Amino acid sequence: MTSWPILSVVTFLPLAGAVFIAFLSEDPAGVRNARWVALWTTLIVFAISLILVWRFDPSNGDFQFLEKHPWLGGTINYEMGVDGISLPFVILTTGLMPICILASWTAIESRVREYMVAFLVLETLMVGTFCALDLVLFYLFFEGGLIPMFLIIGVWGGPRRVYASFKFFLYTLLGSVLMLLAIMAMYWNAGTTDIPTLLHHAFPRSLQTWAWLAFLASFAVKMPMWPVHTWLPDAHVEAPTAGSVILAAILLKMGGYGFLRFSLPMFPEASQQLAPLIYALSVVAIVYTSLVALVQEDMKKLIAYSSVAHMGFVTMGIFAVTAQGVAGGIFQMISHGIVSAALFLCVGVVYDRMHTREIAAYGGLVNRMPLYAFTFMMFTLANVGLPGTSGFVGEFLTLIGTFRVNTWVATLATLGTILSAAYALWLYRKIVFGRLEKPSLFSIRDMGWRELAIFVPLIVLTLILGVYPKPVLDFSSASVTQLIDNYRHALAAAQTAGQTASLGR
Amino acid sequence: MYEAIVLLPLLGAVIAGVISLVGAHNRFPGAEPGAPHDDHAAPLAAEDRAHGAPSADMAGSTLPHTGVEEPEHAPSAAGSLGAELITSTFLAIACLLSWYAFYDVGFLRNEARETLFSFIGSADLHSAWLLRIDPLTAVMLVVVTTVSSLVHIYSIGYMEEDPYKPRFFSYLSFFTFAMLMLVTADNLLQLFFGWEGVGLASYLLIGFWYHKPEANAAAIKAFIVNRVGDFGFSLGIFAAFYLTGAIDFDTVFDQAAGLVGKNIHFLSWNFDALTVVCLLLFMGAMGKSAQFLLHTWLPDAMEGPTPVSALIHAATMVTAGVFMVARLSPLFELAPNAKAVVTVIGATTAMFAATVGLVQNDIKRIIAYSTCSQLGYMFAAMGAGAYSVGMFHLFTHAFFKALLFLGSGCVILAMHHEQDIRKMGGLRHKIPFTHWMMVIGTLALTGFPLTAGFFSKDAIISADDVVQGGAAAYGFIMTTLAAALTSFYSWRLIFKTFWGEPYDRHHYEAAHESPKVMLVPLAILAVGCFAAGWPFVSIFTGHGADVFFGTSLKLGTADTIFEEVERLPIYVELLPTAMMAIGFLIALWFYILRPDVPVALARDQRILYEFLLNKWYFDEIYDFLFVRPVLWLGRLLWKGGDGFLIDGFGPDGVSARVLDVTKNVIRLQTGYLYHYAFAMLIGVAALVTWFMFAGPH
Repeated sequence: MTSWPILSVVTFLPLAGAVFIAFLSEDPAGVRNARWVALWTTLIVFAISLILVWRFDPSNGDFQFLEKHPWLGGTINYEMGVDGISLPFVILTTGLMPICILASWTAIESRVREYMVAFLVLETLMVGTFCALDLVLFYLFFEGGLIPMFLIIGVWGGPRRVYASFKFFLYTLLGSVLMLLAIMAMYWNAGTTDIPTLLHHAFPRSLQTWAWLAFLASFAVKMPMWPVHTWLPDAHVEAPTAGSVILAAILLKMGGYGFLRFSLPMFPEASQQLAPLIYALSVVAIVYTSLVALVQEDMKKLIAYSSVAHMGFVTMGIFAVTAQGVAGGIFQMISHGIVSAALFLCVGVVYDRMHTREIAAYGGLVNRMPLYAFTFMMFTLANVGLPGTSGFVGEFLTLIGTFRVNTWVATLATLGTILSAAYALWLYRKIVFGRLEKPSLFSIRDMGWRELAIFVPLIVLTLILGVYPKPVLDFSSASVTQLIDNYRHALAAAQTAGQTASLGR
Repeated sequence: MYEAIVLLPLLGAVIAGVISLVGAHNRFPGAEPGAPHDDHAAPLAAEDRAHGAPSADMAGSTLPHTGVEEPEHAPSAAGSLGAELITSTFLAIACLLSWYAFYDVGFLRNEARETLFSFIGSADLHSAWLLRIDPLTAVMLVVVTTVSSLVHIYSIGYMEEDPYKPRFFSYLSFFTFAMLMLVTADNLLQLFFGWEGVGLASYLLIGFWYHKPEANAAAIKAFIVNRVGDFGFSLGIFAAFYLTGAIDFDTVFDQAAGLVGKNIHFLSWNFDALTVVCLLLFMGAMGKSAQFLLHTWLPDAMEGPTPVSALIHAATMVTAGVFMVARLSPLFELAPNAKAVVTVIGATTAMFAATVGLVQNDIKRIIAYSTCSQLGYMFAAMGAGAYSVGMFHLFTHAFFKALLFLGSGCVILAMHHEQDIRKMGGLRHKIPFTHWMMVIGTLALTGFPLTAGFFSKDAIISADDVVQGGAAAYGFIMTTLAAALTSFYSWRLIFKTFWGEPYDRHHYEAAHESPKVMLVPLAILAVGCFAAGWPFVSIFTGHGADVFFGTSLKLGTADTIFEEVERLPIYVELLPTAMMAIGFLIALWFYILRPDVPVALARDQRILYEFLLNKWYFDEIYDFLFVRPVLWLGRLLWKGGDGFLIDGFGPDGVSARVLDVTKNVIRLQTGYLYHYAFAMLIGVAALVTWFMFAGPH
């Protein structure tokens, strides 16, 4: 289809930029160059990734832009490709990176070069995760992403950054060790690590359950699902703004992507059997973390908890395995990628000015920062899931898809929409509304041009996707349909096989 | 044309919003963080002190608020006039077009469906942005755009001193847009969009004076209580989709006929499918229309500017629930149990809100409870199956209730933002025009013969009388009794405000009539209080309703209702009027002839009085039942669940144990040779002992 390896270019171009920055000098000029090189690199990568959108055939549910090269002795290949499920995440990643670089423009003052290198390496690893079509390659990208993130939190983070980064590292590492074991088991069973092949491989029943659980251990931590979510609030609180953005917008989505790419299609019987577990964890996540969000005193923690609740909708929708549930899960992830990123950026705006995230330190900002108040309101509403914003579409689709399968789950999850209104509006009121009474805030200034440039595209996207979600939904619909059909066929086949076996006995 | 009706307000809202944002940004320009503070910062703070806006030393003295409307004394925002004119003009155009549409659709039968573009679509779920114009919508278009354009014009005067006019008009127009999307919806999803959109506008407008803590609290309360209703609404949409495989009205209605008698397995039980769907959707209506149990937000919503109360919290938004039931009448007709619930809730609200209205002292809150009560009437009619009659009351109510609110706005301005009717009195001499307007509104509200309210309210009470069944009988009794209470509290308001002796000479002397731009809308609405009644009787009741509404309302049992209403004995017809007269006479006795009687009554019936004054203690009960437990639970889950259990036994616990173990291991390595020698000696002794006893065997 393409004459040049476009996916590899998108994946590894940031790495080239990182290498270039590493050779820059340490003086102020070098620092300035580092910023500009990082910005241009991410912009170019984003532009190239848009070619993917342009050339992508949404009516085709299979992998496209395939690249395959033998690697590691022939059994393990370097194989890349995207379908309607993974491409939206690639675009989300490449689109958010320039925003992250811009958001760090003045906020990061020490070790700027290293910071930019870490971000560019992270971009390579994240894009690679979504493009990889080989289990081992996927694992490398997936786990590799841990390291730059660990460094970003640990080096440029807040006062408790070491605690947070180790908690983050330990949680995720525990999950990935189990996943590695499962990958090995899958290799010994199927004889290949090629994902397209594995998608159609029927794994034995017992292996399915164990591998499914092992993958769950990894994806649940990433997602994060209750009860392995406690690393997230700490990581967010300590991470620099752009780190939080990437964490919330992209890294969390790897869990959901993993469920869609591996758990559901490769272990359909286990997915069906263990779906109640996911439902339970999702509902607990939605209600429990929303309640916890209500009583937070730190802005970032509140938003972090609300992220966990929103991811609960995603897992619920995915494992409902209805067209609306899965499509809604994907949409919810994209939308959350935009909205939560923007919310963390909103926190960053005031943090950069006041250097505190404590809710009680603010109040009455609308009197000084009208544009900020407007922006923050937009994303608060999107977070609440108001129809007309992108936040609504995902929630609505996952809920309507789940209602067909399990009314209890859908009903309890819908409770989350009440709670989300409560915590989000409470936060907004405490920070933006009211009288401007705190002397420290008297001279606070509204957003500048750079900050506006960050938010305008996000606002536009939130509204467009909220009113006209069709492009994104259509983009993935063929792949989603194929996923669900394969899932149903696999289950049916397993059932007939089971019946034949019992007859034969 | 219909696109213009719906989108002109949106365009106005966007333009006014941009004016507002640009103006605000020019006043408080932005700057990069970390950049050296230029000299603008200090003057800004100084400017604030000069303007009497918040500052540290003033905060203590100005903070205790009495709940009065108190715009900040800052200069008007740039472009205020432009924003006012643009939004008002757009609304006026939309209003004219709507009346034409009313004629075109209602009488020339030119129904229309205009598809804009697609909305959420996934596999078998389809939805589109579509403007559905049928007679039911046409009635709502007229109500919404008429009241909205009058309120826009009125606000030019009312908000004169407010510095944030562009923002206000932007919100008002945005509200109108959302409301129009709601009434033109062709599927449940667009209905929900409009539904939440008006909720957002309501939230923004209640909290318009964001410096008032009460306003912020009321705004959040309104949004969240509405979300509780919308919880039911969303589940209703899901259930409808589950049962019929569609969310557009026509398909749902077509499929519904086949669902009669079918069950749905909802939660862990089997229910009648259509009853479940209707009741879930009705829960949304209860929230939006402030019905019993979900009514608590409406009185608090009076924290918003008065024109907002007139437009949103009286004439249009709160009637969305009634409209929804009317729109879904083909569904409700098939679910008799759901209809009974609607009647009971409606009748209970009519009675409950009227009792609370008896003793309130805030002029706006009295009217708010009255609104709540009148919405109950509408639902009582809907539940009886007399959908067109409920719509009739919605139609007339919009005029007289908007009039009452706008009139009370004039009173409040005249009294310098005083809202307590105990502190008024005798105002009819100072503001005679407003007085007469309020009297007209009150006559219509209480159902004085020949006013609009007379026709619609009587029709409701009669309809509830002729319908068989316990719910309708309950509805009849409650609505009849509430008619007397309505009359009492409405006249109480008039007497205490405009009659008697002035409470405060100083304020009384300063009272003055409002400017023309506010009085003209009042006059137009007053004309509506008569014109909306008799001329429309024939299209909202009797066989004319069948002809007018066509298929847009399911008038299944209505025909028989109307026939029987015509055969009602004369005393039933006169009953509501008699009730109104009784209420009026008691009010006259209490507040004009013997003002000491109510005081003595309140003293003697202390408990009852307190109970009513505190609105049946609903706020306290909800606070105790929901707000506190939820916050307590949140704290428990955070500190106990996340902090103690998960982290304690998870990462923190593990790392602490690892540290413990290493600490102990470290303690062994003391570095003293004799410690190691001693340990070795013990080891050797143990080994030898073991070999001696167990080894050889």
